[in-house]
Amino acid sequence: MPREGQIGRILLNGAAALAMVYILLPLFFVFWLSVFKQEIPSFPPDGYSLRWFSALAEYREFASGFILSLQVGVIATFVGLVLGLPAALVIVRSQINGRGFFNSLLLAPMVVPGVVLGTALYVFQIEAEIATGLPLMGSFLGLVIAHSLIVVPWTVRLICANLVGIDRTIEEAAYNLGAGPITTFFKITLPMIRPGLVAATLFGFVASFGNLEMSLFLVGPGRTTLPIAILQYLEWKIDPTVAAASVLQIALIALALLITDHYVKLSRVV
Amino acid sequence: MASLDLQSLTKSYGDNRVVADVSLHVAQGEFLVLLGPSGCGKTTTLRMIAGFVEPSSGHILIGGKDITTLPPWRRNCGMVFQNYALFPHLTVAENVAFGLQMRKVESIEQRKRVKDALTMVRLEHLAGRYPREMSGGQQQRVALARALAIEPDILLLDEPLSNLDAKLREEVRVEIRELQRKLGLTTILVTHDQEEALTVADRLVVMNGGHVCQIGDKRDLYERPADRFVASFIGRSSFIEGHIKGQGLFESTDGLQLKVSREINLGPATLAIRPERCRLGASAQTCDNHLTGQVEFVSYLGSALDIHVRLGTQTKVIVQLSNQESVKEPQLGETVQIGWASTAGLLYPSDQGRQSYGGL
Repeated sequence: MPREGQIGRILLNGAAALAMVYILLPLFFVFWLSVFKQEIPSFPPDGYSLRWFSALAEYREFASGFILSLQVGVIATFVGLVLGLPAALVIVRSQINGRGFFNSLLLAPMVVPGVVLGTALYVFQIEAEIATGLPLMGSFLGLVIAHSLIVVPWTVRLICANLVGIDRTIEEAAYNLGAGPITTFFKITLPMIRPGLVAATLFGFVASFGNLEMSLFLVGPGRTTLPIAILQYLEWKIDPTVAAASVLQIALIALALLITDHYVKLSRVV
Repeated sequence: MASLDLQSLTKSYGDNRVVADVSLHVAQGEFLVLLGPSGCGKTTTLRMIAGFVEPSSGHILIGGKDITTLPPWRRNCGMVFQNYALFPHLTVAENVAFGLQMRKVESIEQRKRVKDALTMVRLEHLAGRYPREMSGGQQQRVALARALAIEPDILLLDEPLSNLDAKLREEVRVEIRELQRKLGLTTILVTHDQEEALTVADRLVVMNGGHVCQIGDKRDLYERPADRFVASFIGRSSFIEGHIKGQGLFESTDGLQLKVSREINLGPATLAIRPERCRLGASAQTCDNHLTGQVEFVSYLGSALDIHVRLGTQTKVIVQLSNQESVKEPQLGETVQIGWASTAGLLYPSDQGRQSYGGL
């Protein structure tokens, strides 16, 4: 008879294994599907082939979508960091009234459904275009602004979480040794919140890169992000090219995670 | 190295005066200890000297120069923080070099001074380590080396030993004291630990409730505590409540008539007696105060014995006996002779320093 503690451990391990399967099973099928030989997915596969990966390169919308997503993601992440870092400093350290409200406001884009956000921005950009005459609707700038909006909650939240844990006496020690506030910020504070900055960059980028719902409203003709390109492809075809595209995306993000983890242990920041 | 002067230094948060009108002079090369229970204002005083807390009023002078309004990075104070506050992303050598970089010391000189500072604390072999790879005691010494490397006017130590275990604490405080003497550093240490304070200090400042209770050397504080608080905080005392009845005569609330030699005004008073000034047994009869009492409690401390003796319904006195071969441990409930010289009693008017701390 197993003892009480052992039963608990078995149950816990079982639940953990179940969760792992739940998470990994779809990934497994995507990988499997991407090397099916036939065009219409069916089980069992007729054979295996890598031709869908080469098809990927030939399908121009995927390549251009990937490049656009990458550009938007990188710029939006940068903007999100530039806005998020000072905001986090104010939220964690200042004594200003309404910090709580400010914090909730900055986290709101994470909570508002993407469709709602997309509609609101769509209407806003049309109105703004009419009012100013600037070609905002469907523009690259409009897309970057919108993506910055969904990156900011991630950067603010992750940098805040890191800042809260920083011992302020370490900065006092820097003052004591003759470093002014600006030197202290760049030489002491920033290096200490590096894990938070790295996590913010990573999650901000992933949030932007993978965004579909909001972007649907904001892309213009001939300018689609990768998730939208995949969606549009699926409207006409169901061949394993899409699975191949997903595999490449998964591989890319996994690589980014591994590289990041090499410099900053992700288990410590998330 | 320089002298330090505090002039009527005060810090209030709203109506709460955490440091009230503190004035003192620290001579060049002197080791001064600010001693008091937590919340007595000692740390706030230190933080005002370092520049982290802005005084509400008063002045701070280093080497005769008023630095009250200078920001911390323009004052030349080396500080060792309670939690060491080492830079976690820098190596030991980089930590120590930080203050020198800020002072734009050229790199050859920098390397030499880092090496010297680390040699002083015997850590030159660990220069390449990161703080997290070191023990508490080693981190403490890095913090000390970092503060010394900038050749500060004043060295400030904020409870630097409180995170070390007892054995190490004893070693490190002797080390700090020797280093301080060798370098002739004007040093201010903040602590709540009286043993630590007595080991290292040239002079002590006892603080309570934001006020300075007494400034003096060890002997002053122990032999002539200025008030009841100091008598209870420095060393131990048995306190007897009562009143002054006449010339040299004190009557406790439960009616004991005791001879006293110090003069204060008639009226309610507290008599304090150090446990080691009390005698027990036959030798008690030679004292001008001798009484009989019952042994209520005996605690064996190794080198000494504490005998708690009840003299009256409200009067209990602790007698400390040094543990020599001839000492016979009294039994509980045993009636014993106890005595002390009238000159050993310390008298305080009862309205003064009522807050008892750590005494009886």
